[in-house]
Order: sequence, then C-alpha cells, then structure tokens
Amino acid sequence: MQEANGIEAKSGDVLLLIGTTKGGFLLRSGARRDAWEMEGPHFPGSEMYALALDQRGGRRRLWAAPSNPFWGTTLHRSDDFGGSWSDKEEIPLRFPDDSGLALKRVWQITPGRDAEPDRLFLGVEPSCLFESTDGGASWKPVEGYLKHPHRDFWSPGNGGLCLHTILLDPERSSRMLAAQSTGGVYRTEDGGRSWNPRNQGVRADFLPDKYPEFGQCVHKVVHHDSRPERLFLQNHGGLYRSDDWGDEWRDIAHGVPSDFGFAMAIHPTDPDTVYILPLDGFGRWPVDAKLKVYRTRDGGGSWEGLGDGLPQEDAYETTLRDGLDTDTLDPAGIYFGTRSGKVFGSSDEGETWTLIKDGLPPVVCVKAAVIA
Amino acid sequence: MMTVTLVVPAVLRDLNGGRSSVDLGSEVGTVAEALDRLYELAPGVYHRVMTEVGEVRPHVNVFVGRDDIRWIRGLETPVPAGGELYILPAVSGG
Repeated sequence: MQEANGIEAKSGDVLLLIGTTKGGFLLRSGARRDAWEMEGPHFPGSEMYALALDQRGGRRRLWAAPSNPFWGTTLHRSDDFGGSWSDKEEIPLRFPDDSGLALKRVWQITPGRDAEPDRLFLGVEPSCLFESTDGGASWKPVEGYLKHPHRDFWSPGNGGLCLHTILLDPERSSRMLAAQSTGGVYRTEDGGRSWNPRNQGVRADFLPDKYPEFGQCVHKVVHHDSRPERLFLQNHGGLYRSDDWGDEWRDIAHGVPSDFGFAMAIHPTDPDTVYILPLDGFGRWPVDAKLKVYRTRDGGGSWEGLGDGLPQEDAYETTLRDGLDTDTLDPAGIYFGTRSGKVFGSSDEGETWTLIKDGLPPVVCVKAAVIA
Repeated sequence: MMTVTLVVPAVLRDLNGGRSSVDLGSEVGTVAEALDRLYELAPGVYHRVMTEVGEVRPHVNVFVGRDDIRWIRGLETPVPAGGELYILPAVSGG
C-alpha cells in the first residue's frame, strides 16, 4: 500500500479533511476549486470520525482521532499536513480509571476561541467533553460533564452515545453548548462546571413523552460567530431554530421534503444561511432518491432544493452528521461526503455541484478549510 | 527463576522502544498480574490492549502459550513459570 506522505498546501489553498471508516484522506485545491488532488490514507484501517485543522496562533496543525478496530482510539497531531503524525501514546486520551467509562471514539475536535489559542475541546463517546489548555498536549474530561446527574439516563442511538457538537460563545468564555445523541442540547454558563438541558420545543418521537427536558436525539447544531445566540438544529425528526442560545426552539421545517437528516452547516459569513441534507426517515437516503442539498437564506423561513449536478435518480446516498461543511471563500464552497464513498462539492454556494471524488470508503467526516 | 515473557505485536513495538517482547519477571502467576506488570514496564502497550475499565479490548486476543484466555479463566488464567504471553489482533473486520 502507498504510504501517506502528507500534502503540499500553500496559503489560499482549500483543504478538505475527509474521514472515512477506513482512514483519513486530504483533498487540496487552489482557490478556484476546480481541480483536486488527493493524498492518503492516513491511519489506514481505522475509523476516522473526527478531523480538524487548527490555524490559531500561527499554527497549521492537523488533528486526527483514529479508532483502530483492535487497539482503540488515539489522538494525533501533524504540523506538516500529514507528512508525519505524533505517536500513538504521545497524547494520552483516557477517562479516569475511577470513572467506570472507557473511551470508544472521538466525534468532534474543536479548537477554542481565537483569544485562547491553547484551548481545545473534544466531544467523545461515551458522551463527554474533554478539554486541553496546553495546545492539545494533555487532556482531561470536563468534570461537570463527566459527573452530570443525567448520565445514567442517557442512552445510545444507532451511532453510539456520542457528544458530537461543541459550540462556543465567541465573546463569553464561560458559555458554551454541547449536543449529544441521545440526551440533547446542554449549555453551560459557568465555564463547564454545570450543564443545563436546553431542549424546550425539540421533539423526541421515540419516547412516550414527546417533549422531555432531555433525552432528545439531536444530530447537529450550528451557529455563526457573528450572531452566536441564533442556533439551528437538525434533529432525529425535526428542524429547529433558537434565537436565545437554546432557551426555546421553534420548528422551521417548512418546505423541506423531510425533517429527518443528520448533517447541517452554516454559511461562512451569513448567519441566516444554512445547508442541510434531508433524508427519508426510514431509508436514510434522499427522499425519492433525488439527491439535493437544501438551503435557507432567511433563517429557516423558507428552504430551496439545490440539485444541479447531483444525481436525481437512484441516489441512495446517506450523509452523516459531520459529513457536510463549508469553506470560507466568497462565493462559499459547500462540500459533503456519503456513505458510498463519494465527495461532492460546490464552489458557488450550492447552485451547482460536481463529484470531487468517488470510490472512497464510507465517508463519516468532511471538514473544509482555507489555508491561512 | 524462570521469567514470563510477553510478546509484543509488531504494530505496537513503537510503544516498547522497538523491542519485540517484555520480560515480566518471575513474580507473575496470572494474566491479570502479567498485565499489571506490563502497565509498569510498558504502559503504552498496556493502554492499547486494555480499556480504562480494566477489560481486554474486544478485538484483541491474549494467549498464554497457545491458549486463548477467553476460553480458560480470562484474566485469572494461570501463567506457568517461564511462560509466554501473546497479544494478537482478532480476526475481524470487513
């Protein structure tokens, strides 16, 4: 097998970090986004649900969290775009021995606020938030989440009991939001010491009480730093918006073929523009097997289907919760991967699409970034 | 006294200074004791074999000689003087 040697990338290039069930891949393009080169696999044979590029503080640091089917989940960094990675045990990542919990998978790697360039967060399975304050050299679980009184009542969905979404208040370092499946949305106002459920108005079809305080199967939550209190939520059945950091949610599933889906992404500059991939609630594929990304540009007031260039028949494609992302160029690039190993991209905000790559292992993570 | 040896699979040897085995000494009577000793001598290897809750990872097999400990007494499987332990990935995947 060909060794992964890393990728040559320069300022202004667009980088796609692709996580699959069999390793990670890097796709690079110039700013025109009309030709892509691929490099990989990194950590071949390992599930790669979480990848990130941290460009704070002058870094160009890739993070990867492979889950080896035999030897478990490890965390690695690379400062040369995958040319070399830190060793398996160089960055210890474990639950405390007395917690009774064993790390299964990392679902999210979130660099902290720009003002705190050495702070990073991880969302892991079983559901917990980990934090590093030394640039990722060492990690520990956030106590308030680890010992949350709801922990015994959380139960896993098909994907496992995972904390998959971490949103930071760009202004107030004491406030952040986490979302997990199942369990729902939790928010802290005290820097992580306490976490309160914020699920009022979010449906739980699979429970006797359809609107419980917690226990919802939230698939993804997004917001924009310019308007952080406005949240959009893709639920396991249900599409919602909150204008107050999750205190209340209201249904915005008007004009979509299904309110079921996994993935959701926010536009890089417009806090009212959001992209989703509605799926049939049973098949987990696009409704009528017509693959379309849906976009709202008015905060969920209306949605439009974007399918120009995407297969419109026999498209039994599934995009999972971290399989959709946007770059930060103008016009914005939109990218998504599928369980059948395809990566699609748009360089015009979703108006037209092209197949960037085919034949990959099932894609579970797509992260887009422009090299600073 | 004859010492117990743990054979490290090639994929984990970077966590053992590149060496293919760990000499666990002669005070080892069970697999649990052997793994405790492994934790002291090569913690990186230990953490890839065992979870935080002290269980062998689901797709890792531990053998005493030719015997898979899952079919004997698990972590309480006796280790004979001079015995060899093998850590091997299970046959799985697709």
